[in-house]
Amino acid sequence: MKPAPFRYHRPRSLADTLQLLVTLENAKLIAGGQSLGPMMNMRLVQPAELIDLNALAGLDLIAEKDDFLEIGALARHHAVESSTLVKKHCPLLAEAAGTIGHYAIRSRGTLGGSLAHADPAAQLPLVAATLGAEIVVNGKRGERRIAAKDFFVSMMTTALEADEIVVSARFPKAAAGDRHAYLQFSRRTGDFAIVAVAAVLHSRKLRLGIGGAEDKPLVFEDFSAHEDPQAIARKVREAVQPTESPRVPALYREELVEVLVKRAVARCLTSI
Amino acid sequence: MLDFDLTVNGRRYPVRAEPRKLLSDVLREDCRLTGTHVGCEHGVCGACTVLVDGKPSRACLIYAVQMQDHEITTIEAVAKDGKLTPLQQALHEVHGLQCGFCTAGIVITFEAYLRENPRPTEEQVREVLAGNLCRCTGYHNIVKAILRVANERRDAQA
Ligand SMILES: Cc1cc2nc3c(=O)[nH]c(=O)nc-3n(C[C@H](O)[C@H](O)[C@H](O)COP(=O)(O)OP(=O)(O)OC[C@H]3O[C@@H](n4cnc5c(N)ncnc54)[C@H](O)[C@@H]3O)c2cc1C
Ligand code: FES
Ligand code: FES
Repeated sequence: MKPAPFRYHRPRSLADTLQLLVTLENAKLIAGGQSLGPMMNMRLVQPAELIDLNALAGLDLIAEKDDFLEIGALARHHAVESSTLVKKHCPLLAEAAGTIGHYAIRSRGTLGGSLAHADPAAQLPLVAATLGAEIVVNGKRGERRIAAKDFFVSMMTTALEADEIVVSARFPKAAAGDRHAYLQFSRRTGDFAIVAVAAVLHSRKLRLGIGGAEDKPLVFEDFSAHEDPQAIARKVREAVQPTESPRVPALYREELVEVLVKRAVARCLTSI
Repeated sequence: MLDFDLTVNGRRYPVRAEPRKLLSDVLREDCRLTGTHVGCEHGVCGACTVLVDGKPSRACLIYAVQMQDHEITTIEAVAKDGKLTPLQQALHEVHGLQCGFCTAGIVITFEAYLRENPRPTEEQVREVLAGNLCRCTGYHNIVKAILRVANERRDAQA
């Protein structure tokens, strides 16, 4: 349970970070280390060079812009969950961030790390996809913004190029009167969800995000709030194709999708 | 090998270690602060929890070399002048520990948590405690001890 040897770099600027990323062989970025740390300790990953992002100033800001919140890649889950700006303008994000792992994990794990890691059951990729967030990345070709639906490609795979890093994400603000729900099922508190459902009700339209069912978050946009929650839940269930796994049969995930969607929709409607 | 300084419990420790050496191992082996325990080494059990700039963090998921400009606090610095904190005293009095392996991580976690949320509900306490595994107590007495401290604070404020 000890990592393999690596060389350590702690750049102080974004430019230095990007320079290291293009020059070093077999390099890995580390942010909170809450996903990379376990994988390195178990030697599932053995980078030769580790580039620590924690000394980059200003990458942890949470800022209010016109119609979105811009959240820096180094913002810790706990900062996101407890930010008054996030609670006010992106309550779904605050609620979901508060369910990640445990208190000590949330104190250190970062938004950028979670988006880049792209675990199919993770909260922040699911919320980013559901809300239609944009991921801001920077690399040797300069800055570009990627819509969440294009950013998450498959299991732990994103549209990020090898020379790019996530610098922030832009989450659209909720409108007055919007409702949301976040529900997940996991075996123990703090475990990754087996299935997670995020729901947003905006002017009688329902948007649903499903995590854990397939290899990336799925988004369903065109449900009407006048439909019966059970009918919506059945439709979503029929639309997902969970992968079969020895520990969690596909049928089990399908059942969870149906039950959690029904509850999430009902929650959005009753909180009006 | 790299040479660097670590600030632990307000004291500077010169350290010579490979970059891959975990903070938990450096604390125990180089700083000789063995109060921080090591259970799973992948972030799950909470035994190694220390404060980094006041925030609870798994020492097994940090390389010591990353901590050069940061302040680390371990269980050794929680009791001041040999006097237990109210949380430590409560754990002692209501049998919140048996073998004690998990205790350092629990004390560190809740010293930080109670500062942030001085009056948690039982549900909140249990949610946070889920990040610290204990194989002995069955958790009830740990919860009782934490709630006792929270309630004492409430009474003191009333
Ligand atoms: C016990 C435990 C329970 C957990 N439970 C959950 C859970 O329930 N839900 C959940 O979502 N997560 C959970 N996690 C993981 C946690 O949320 C991580 O914080 C997160 O997945 C990764 O963020 P990080 O900052 O720790 O990234 P790191 O571990 O530092 O990095 C993860 C990956 O992202 C890359 N990376 C990091 N930052 C950037 C960047 N800015 N740009 C490009 N690439 C980058 C790294 O190179 C690495 O490949 C858990 C972790 C533990 C230890
Ligand atoms: S040893 Fe660090 S969490 Fe278990
Ligand atoms: S008291 Fe023994 S593990 Fe908690």
